Amino acid sequence: MALLQISEPGMSTEPHQHRLAVGIDLGTTNSLVATVRNGVALCLQNEDGRMLLPSVVQYLADGQIVVGRKAHAAQAVDPRNTIVSVKRFMGRGLKDVSHVETMPYDFVDAEGMVRLRTVQGVKSPVEVSAEILKDLRVRAERSLGGELTGAVITVPAYFDDAQRQATKDAARLSGLNVLRLLNEPTAAAIAYGLENASEGIYAVYDLGGGTFDISVLRLSRGVFEVVATNGDASLGGDDFDHRLFCWMLDNAGISLPSDRDARRLLMKAREVKERLSLDESVPIRMTLDSGDEVDLSIDRAVFVDITRPLVAKTLKPVKKALRDAGLEPDQVKGVVMVGGATRMPHVQQAVGEFFGRTPLTNLDPDTVVAIGAAMQANVLAGNRATEDEWLLLDVIPLSLGIETMGGLVEKIIPRNATIPTARAQDFTTFKDGQTAMSFHVVQGERELVSACRSLARFELRGIPPMVAGAARIRVTFQVDADGLLSVAAREQTTGVEARVEVKPSYGLADHEIADMLKAGFDNARDDMELRGLREQQVEAERVVEATERALVADAVLLNESEREALDAAIAALRTAAQGQDARAIKIQLEAFNRASNEFASRRMDKSIREALAGHRIDDLRI
Amino acid sequence: MLDLKQDFFALFGLPVGFSVDMDRLEQAYLDIQGKVHPDRFAHLPDADKRLSMQWATHANEAFRTLKSPLARGQYLLELKGIDPAFETNTAMSPAFLMEQMEWREALGEAREAADEEVLEELARRIRHSNRGLIEQLAVQFDQQGDLEVAADTVRRLKFLEKLQHEINDALTALES
Repeated sequence: MALLQISEPGMSTEPHQHRLAVGIDLGTTNSLVATVRNGVALCLQNEDGRMLLPSVVQYLADGQIVVGRKAHAAQAVDPRNTIVSVKRFMGRGLKDVSHVETMPYDFVDAEGMVRLRTVQGVKSPVEVSAEILKDLRVRAERSLGGELTGAVITVPAYFDDAQRQATKDAARLSGLNVLRLLNEPTAAAIAYGLENASEGIYAVYDLGGGTFDISVLRLSRGVFEVVATNGDASLGGDDFDHRLFCWMLDNAGISLPSDRDARRLLMKAREVKERLSLDESVPIRMTLDSGDEVDLSIDRAVFVDITRPLVAKTLKPVKKALRDAGLEPDQVKGVVMVGGATRMPHVQQAVGEFFGRTPLTNLDPDTVVAIGAAMQANVLAGNRATEDEWLLLDVIPLSLGIETMGGLVEKIIPRNATIPTARAQDFTTFKDGQTAMSFHVVQGERELVSACRSLARFELRGIPPMVAGAARIRVTFQVDADGLLSVAAREQTTGVEARVEVKPSYGLADHEIADMLKAGFDNARDDMELRGLREQQVEAERVVEATERALVADAVLLNESEREALDAAIAALRTAAQGQDARAIKIQLEAFNRASNEFASRRMDKSIREALAGHRIDDLRI
Repeated sequence: MLDLKQDFFALFGLPVGFSVDMDRLEQAYLDIQGKVHPDRFAHLPDADKRLSMQWATHANEAFRTLKSPLARGQYLLELKGIDPAFETNTAMSPAFLMEQMEWREALGEAREAADEEVLEELARRIRHSNRGLIEQLAVQFDQQGDLEVAADTVRRLKFLEKLQHEINDALTALES
């Protein structure tokens, strides 16, 4: 029986409930979920006591979906329906994916994001990832004993907009409220920095299963400031496995293995790679389905030799990040190693040689990202007092721009700009009487559109006819704190707003997500409606609670009639939230937001003034 | 009431001028971000979130502008109602133009020869030249108040920055 808690006399009970929030590391190879309990961040285990969830999803003919260890074990038996390393496909087209030829999937060749045909129909990488996230959500809710307020999901820092959006869509599909997308190296820096009270310039070298990131951060009292980031969104431990796999084929004299054998050989390659981090030499023995015998032995020196180009490939982004930061390698005070692939001794050695110092390997490279994400989730959920919060300033990894005449890119937001950020650029018409304009949004560093990632296309219609060059179309890019871009276009002389319908190049349209959400509920309409209602109720409760707290602190900012109006809006929202009509709550929420806008502005104003006043007092002391 | 249209100097409580106390600027920026950053508002209603994003965006833009000497110079001219006219006004002193041409030639040759050392040396010379222009700007803006002359210096600084970018791109290209 649970004991009832009674607070000490004179002590008030908690001002607000502790909100359940988690951090999720959605990895290429493994995924984890962590939370902060009693002030300590820890990874949550499944029923079997395991923390790592293999990022593998198997679709069975009977409609079941298996996630994790069991699916991992099934991959050699049912390769076509068992999806591994799905993260490599997020926000990517088929032609972007490396080693497609050795993958056992039935790819659907279509425009946009790659799709996979399984025994349960065609699946998008977003849906596959959502299954992994759902598994972790259920684990967390079971373990914490309640519904989650929200989650911080980590993404590689070098993920582009399409990959980030795909990750956020997957989270939505899995029923998670995304508090923030957080860059993996930044999450690791939080965990490391807080644990070690670090100050100064640090680099985080994050070599995961399928992605590589390097972030350079400045840590100072309570501030984590990313100065520059770089990476390679398709370089990771998987590529080391693949080199070894090719070496095994060559040396065993196998040319074209079956899908099943290929999977078994790849699994073997990973196992051998891991053992080579500990042993100088590892035997490789197996009998394939084809009857071929593999009987080899590999020395660490050979493995180091065949993977040397991969290690060298990671150092290029490192150099670029340092150049962008305006720093030399010896100005970096510490290099934090993250990701399972950094266990390889020759990776550690190469990084050590480059920076001229032994890299920091005292944190578990598998869990540090999830731990940092959990700490950030705890802050974002509002569980910490404002004074103990830290400030995190992150950047976008790749420049954002618009295609102009001749297939060139006009950069609007440069890489390494601190987010959130917004920039505008004016464009004009090319022909007399032109009434529409189409825009192509791209991301990347090259000058040619063809060498950048296509993010989306949209059209601005209803431009009044003018002579060529007279119209002033201002395109505004806004990147939010998740690193996600939104675009608005407006004709300046007449004020015509773009009817912007963005067609994502490698993403899912809103209606596709809605369809997937519906399908996810197995046609159980009630379930979905109930969920929608619950979401609105939770949001209403949250809004009322937050506003009431603000009213306690800042009541003086409102005059009597303003106060009455706001109280009335709260009462109306509360009444609606007690009902069963999700739409009615939504309408009241919108009305409430309008009513509280002015109050929110005044509070913001007050807190900025306080910030500046505090600063001036500091000055006086000096 | 504070608003998003106030000038960047006022936002950080700094006097308007080219010479800026960088420590003070940075501290004021961090103090403000500490209050307005979206991470502080993630659990609050949408109205607060929206405001937070606007203010944090504004603070980032203001900080970026005041931190960089070129952007700051440009912004000061804008505040005073002077258009530096980067595209149209290319009237520079012959000596400056000569030096520019020389550097461009050197850049082209080094790029062709893939000579990292020459590129690094060129970058060093430009940095040196840059520092000189920045010192001049402080005098022109803050002591002489000669905006036309300052606008000319800002234009030169812009030239140098472009060259610096090209050198960086060439160095990056050498590595990949």
